[in-house]
Amino acid sequence: MSVAAAFFYLFSGVAVASAFMVVASRNPVHSVLFLILAFVNAAGLFLLLGAEFLAMILIVVYVGAVAVLFLFVVMMLDVDFSELREGFLDYLPFGGLLGIVFLIELVLVLGTYYTAPDALHQTAQAAKAAHDGISNTAALGRVLYTEHVFYFQAAGMVLLVAMIGAIVLTLQHKPGVKRQDIGAQVARNKQSAMDIKSVKPGQGL
Amino acid sequence: MTTSIWTEGWFFPLVLMIAKSLLVLVVLLTYVAFALLADRKIWAAVQLRRGPNVVGPFGLLQSFADLLKFVLKEPVIPAGASKAVFLLAPIVTATLALAGWAVVPVADGWAVADLNVGILYVFAISSLGVYGVIMGGWASNSKYPFLGALRSAAQMVSYEVSIGFVIITVLLCAGSLNLNDIVKAQDTQYGLFGWYWLPLFPMFVIFFISALAETNRPPFDLPEAESELVAGFMVEYGSTPYMLFMLGEYVAIVMMCALTTILFLGGWLPPANIAPFTYVPGIVWFVIKVSFVFFMFAMVKAFVPRYRYDQLMRLGWKVFLPISLVMVIVVASVLQFTSLGGVH
Repeated sequence: MSVAAAFFYLFSGVAVASAFMVVASRNPVHSVLFLILAFVNAAGLFLLLGAEFLAMILIVVYVGAVAVLFLFVVMMLDVDFSELREGFLDYLPFGGLLGIVFLIELVLVLGTYYTAPDALHQTAQAAKAAHDGISNTAALGRVLYTEHVFYFQAAGMVLLVAMIGAIVLTLQHKPGVKRQDIGAQVARNKQSAMDIKSVKPGQGL
Repeated sequence: MTTSIWTEGWFFPLVLMIAKSLLVLVVLLTYVAFALLADRKIWAAVQLRRGPNVVGPFGLLQSFADLLKFVLKEPVIPAGASKAVFLLAPIVTATLALAGWAVVPVADGWAVADLNVGILYVFAISSLGVYGVIMGGWASNSKYPFLGALRSAAQMVSYEVSIGFVIITVLLCAGSLNLNDIVKAQDTQYGLFGWYWLPLFPMFVIFFISALAETNRPPFDLPEAESELVAGFMVEYGSTPYMLFMLGEYVAIVMMCALTTILFLGGWLPPANIAPFTYVPGIVWFVIKVSFVFFMFAMVKAFVPRYRYDQLMRLGWKVFLPISLVMVIVVASVLQFTSLGGVH
């Protein structure tokens, strides 16, 4: 067994085990921590494929940012574990349905790969052509902003809409709340902030 | 059997890799031990105190005495703590901080791993650093650590965004994600003035301040603000787990100093390409520059009062993020539309 194969089995084994633990662990915070472990192992699999850019971006975006906020929210939730257990089986039919759909899709994809390998090669041609000599970061950059610029922009728009939606839903301007106005603070000077008066002894103001 | 191991061609590189990693580890940890002492000494000097001066000549062995003390003490795990996560948190912090050093080129080509995506790797590893803090704060099952953990989660995620944009401007100028190539791109005829700190001066300042926030250094040490949170996420920790937190924090700080050196201060390059400077080996320049940046970190700690939390968030999101975003566009436009971009 080569070193790469050993690492493949290590990463995929840990990924599958931690994915199972995400569902199985009793504590939601532990679930999120296992989810993070699964992400990191997925990044390891990307590395083995030679997609080092995707691996690093996966860690930066999913593990470094998205999962942190996820963990943040889960930690703040006041979860009653026994209540959580009770409703668990209600979701089983729906979860099972999703699992079956996903299984069918996997069978179709892998089936195509075995029955008609040529079809796959035609779609993978563009990626192959970019492989000689340049790193896959440069290869991604070349196609992302030229051939696929509209998909890229569309994805950006979707994220922007989601972000604006979240802000609109949560932003509330309550009347009467005192806010710090940094500009006004910095703009104060001696003339506007101070009033010097000479107080005569025994008289006061 | 032994012959097959030698002929297969992976055994020798593996041993070499482990030896290199150990060398980096030993040198780095020794450096960190003295950096910690220097930090305390500088802080003391600014406040007209003497600082640690008892153990060894001038207190030079203070860090090693501290190490012994931490290791020999009894670790206490709080009764309500989530035990596994509680012990995992400091290990995560220390391991991640050390892992970042795998790609740092201390001289031309002197890195354990010369990755194509070196800078992204460092960025990814440093963005994971927040997990040690969050896990520690949550697993302690206590109010102050939890507040500290929540603060640090928001703080580190916020400042990562501006650090990311600063790194992008440097990458645009250097045309590579490889740390070795980034340093080489700063090797111009102008010497010291060709390093990116001058052409990208605003980004240098933003990077320095964001690095302070990213490593929870004063004036942004709100996760462990002793006047409000006792010791933040570290309240429940003692002995070796505490030492690992401390170690991870200082290794991450030196890492940020090294990153500043590589991105903006020309890594191992001499300040001018003339005779007396070029005799000095690259690693010496690298260490000098890292120590200089660390000195700046220590001086900031001594000079600047702690930020208020809302001001910290405002600085990150409303000042640094817009400035760095605009600078990415400006730098990209300059490289695209003027002759400056032609060299790459």
